[in-house]
Amino acid sequence: MSKKTTVKPAAKKAPKNAPVAKAKAPAKAATKSAAKTSKKATPKKFDFGGLSEELLLSMHDLMVKSRVLEERVIKIYKAGEGYFWIGGPGEEAFGVPLGLLARKGKGLEYDWFHLHYRCTPTMVALGMPMIEAVRLMMNRATDPSTGGRNFAGHYCFPQWNVAPVTSPIEVQYPIACGTAHAQKRAGHKSISIVTGGDAGTAEGEFATCLVWSSRKGQELPVLITVQNNGFGISTPYEGQHGETYIADRAKAFNIRSRVIDGTNPVETYIALQEEMDYIRKTGKPSFLEVKTTRLYGHSSADGANRKTDLFDPVYKFQEKLIAAGILTEKAAQKIWEIYEEEGIKAQEQARGEAGPAAETVWDHVFVNNENADWRKF
Amino acid sequence: MASVAQAIRMALHYGEKHMGVKDIFGQDVGAPLGGVFTATQGLKTAWNTPLDERGIISMAMGIAMTGDKCVAEIQFADYIFNTIDLLKIAGNTLWCTNGQVQLPMVVMTPVGAGIFGSVYHSHSFDAWASRLPGWKIVMPSNPLDAYGLMLAAIEDPNPVLYLKSKALMRHKGDELIPGEPEDEKTLKSMIDKPVQNSQGWKAKWPELEKYIVPIGKGKITHEGEHITVVTYSRMVHLCDEVAKKLADEGISVEVIDLRSIYPYDWQMIKSSIEKTGRVLFVNEDTEVTNFGEHLAYRTTQECFYSLMARPRVLAGKNLPGIGLHPNLEKNSVPQHHDIETAIREIVAEVP
Ligand SMILES: Cc1ncc(C[n+]2csc(CCOP(=O)(O)OP(=O)(O)O)c2C)c(N)n1
Repeated sequence: MSKKTTVKPAAKKAPKNAPVAKAKAPAKAATKSAAKTSKKATPKKFDFGGLSEELLLSMHDLMVKSRVLEERVIKIYKAGEGYFWIGGPGEEAFGVPLGLLARKGKGLEYDWFHLHYRCTPTMVALGMPMIEAVRLMMNRATDPSTGGRNFAGHYCFPQWNVAPVTSPIEVQYPIACGTAHAQKRAGHKSISIVTGGDAGTAEGEFATCLVWSSRKGQELPVLITVQNNGFGISTPYEGQHGETYIADRAKAFNIRSRVIDGTNPVETYIALQEEMDYIRKTGKPSFLEVKTTRLYGHSSADGANRKTDLFDPVYKFQEKLIAAGILTEKAAQKIWEIYEEEGIKAQEQARGEAGPAAETVWDHVFVNNENADWRKF
Repeated sequence: MASVAQAIRMALHYGEKHMGVKDIFGQDVGAPLGGVFTATQGLKTAWNTPLDERGIISMAMGIAMTGDKCVAEIQFADYIFNTIDLLKIAGNTLWCTNGQVQLPMVVMTPVGAGIFGSVYHSHSFDAWASRLPGWKIVMPSNPLDAYGLMLAAIEDPNPVLYLKSKALMRHKGDELIPGEPEDEKTLKSMIDKPVQNSQGWKAKWPELEKYIVPIGKGKITHEGEHITVVTYSRMVHLCDEVAKKLADEGISVEVIDLRSIYPYDWQMIKSSIEKTGRVLFVNEDTEVTNFGEHLAYRTTQECFYSLMARPRVLAGKNLPGIGLHPNLEKNSVPQHHDIETAIREIVAEVP
């Protein structure tokens, strides 16, 4: 293919007035082993909740990676190299801690993920290479999630218990009760995690999840989260809901619940850790309403353009780390550049890969490619 | 002989004992009732759910995603309609994930008229089901097939919809299920929950054997030369009875019990039509748009030059519901005389 990738002129910079601390190497892609509290405490005047510098840097690193990836994918869409974009810029401060804290693996001993279409940050934190999101966006046969069959953000990674993302809103909530039921029976203290949007909680399946996860004596280990970005496509929260907090609905089912600031990775990390511990210990559900932002609007359906007036959790966290002397401006810039380059390379590689062949429409209707074509019965 | 309900119960018992079924669930499926049609009495893994059909289907999907086997029940097919989106997703999950995520789940639900169940206990679902790609759909007409198709459904790695006729639930067949005691009373005393003083009751299951009716394989229930009648479930019995009656007059009717809606046994249909040159498709789902229409279409495509008469579809009338009064129900879904009339017409037709 002859199309040229648009190279971003320069990585975005941290604000000019931010104090410059001593240079640090970009954090390595985070691993789950990142410590909770550090040997090296952060300066008192900055509140990082006692999280270690190593963890803070790795969260920053993954948040940047996720943002750069999303922006790359939007560029691919805008260049006409993909059909539809939907994703999670603005949700990094929630999605990254979630991916870091979960027990990742295949089978009932590990946590299950029932994600919606804004969970690229979680996938990046779990360790998904950029190329896999790009292949999904560009509908390549090599796309590991759907083989070129579905939209951006519709991940499926059975090797990490990541259930297929579905387009119908909110069905993932009660499906999570099914995996949680099997997990609880197996007795491994693993949990099922479900994410979704605020408008979608008007769907019946959301209520189903509250009902099934909270039956007395038969509670299920589900972490129920709602990312409240204040909108369902164009309809504001007030036009969708009467309740002040969605989290209040969980209380009616005796589900422990709270509202957190999902633009603050430290707050979400600590809250997620507490709730996951609670679920593992009690086998009962917990509910988090997470306030987030939707930095590029709903999807390509409304243009996928940057909303400059909205709070940006990635830059704000970066500024804070620089101000605290944990990160330098130079090191931060380097991180953006490294991932920008990885994104461009991923796009170029995916461009050279084939799309799915037409005749593969009949593949995987039934297990083992059993004949599904009635013309051949 | 076991009834269809007892046969299903025995199949589920076999499934939980030998085939890894870990959950059998639905509204009133567990103790104390064991299902409104008694099909789940005495089962070890049967449990009651909230009154929430979407919850039942999504729960089954979640369980199946982990690889655990389950059989979920929707109390009446009349209430499965509010799960259609989930059924669609269950059917497309393997395909959407490019073969990565299997959903080895069984959903069973009682269908159809014949019990004067009125507007919301007489719905059919076979035509709707046939439009859910990715599902296999079976519809037994007798206890032995009910047993064999349930084991096949449990064994199958795909989602399988098991549609059981409400009117056939008490129907007894003329073939024993392998391992079933010969005496009906003995069977009853072993596996039917006593109506009174049932507290602490436990089923005493016979030593059942594995018996599979392969999904996609039909069965000729009445051999004939003059016309082929393709049907399934409750209508098999009506068609067989009409075939017996007409045989006395020298009209030789071949009745095919399809047993599976999808995949379906086209080879059996085709070779029978090639032999008889005439065909009638009978079922009780509404006529617009009906699964029999698909089969009639295919017949014109592949058997056109073997046909001596127009293929016909005899189905339920295209009505919003089935009225309670027998006059209404009987004028809504095919009856003996409708089948008989249609057969006579087709046989009388000369090209
Ligand atoms: C069942 C269903 N109805 C409608 C849609 C179309 N749709 C896609 S996203 C969306 C809005 C969702 O808003 P929200 O739940 O707040 O999530 P957000 O996209 O804001 O994260 C709608 C209506 C859908 N995907 N599924």
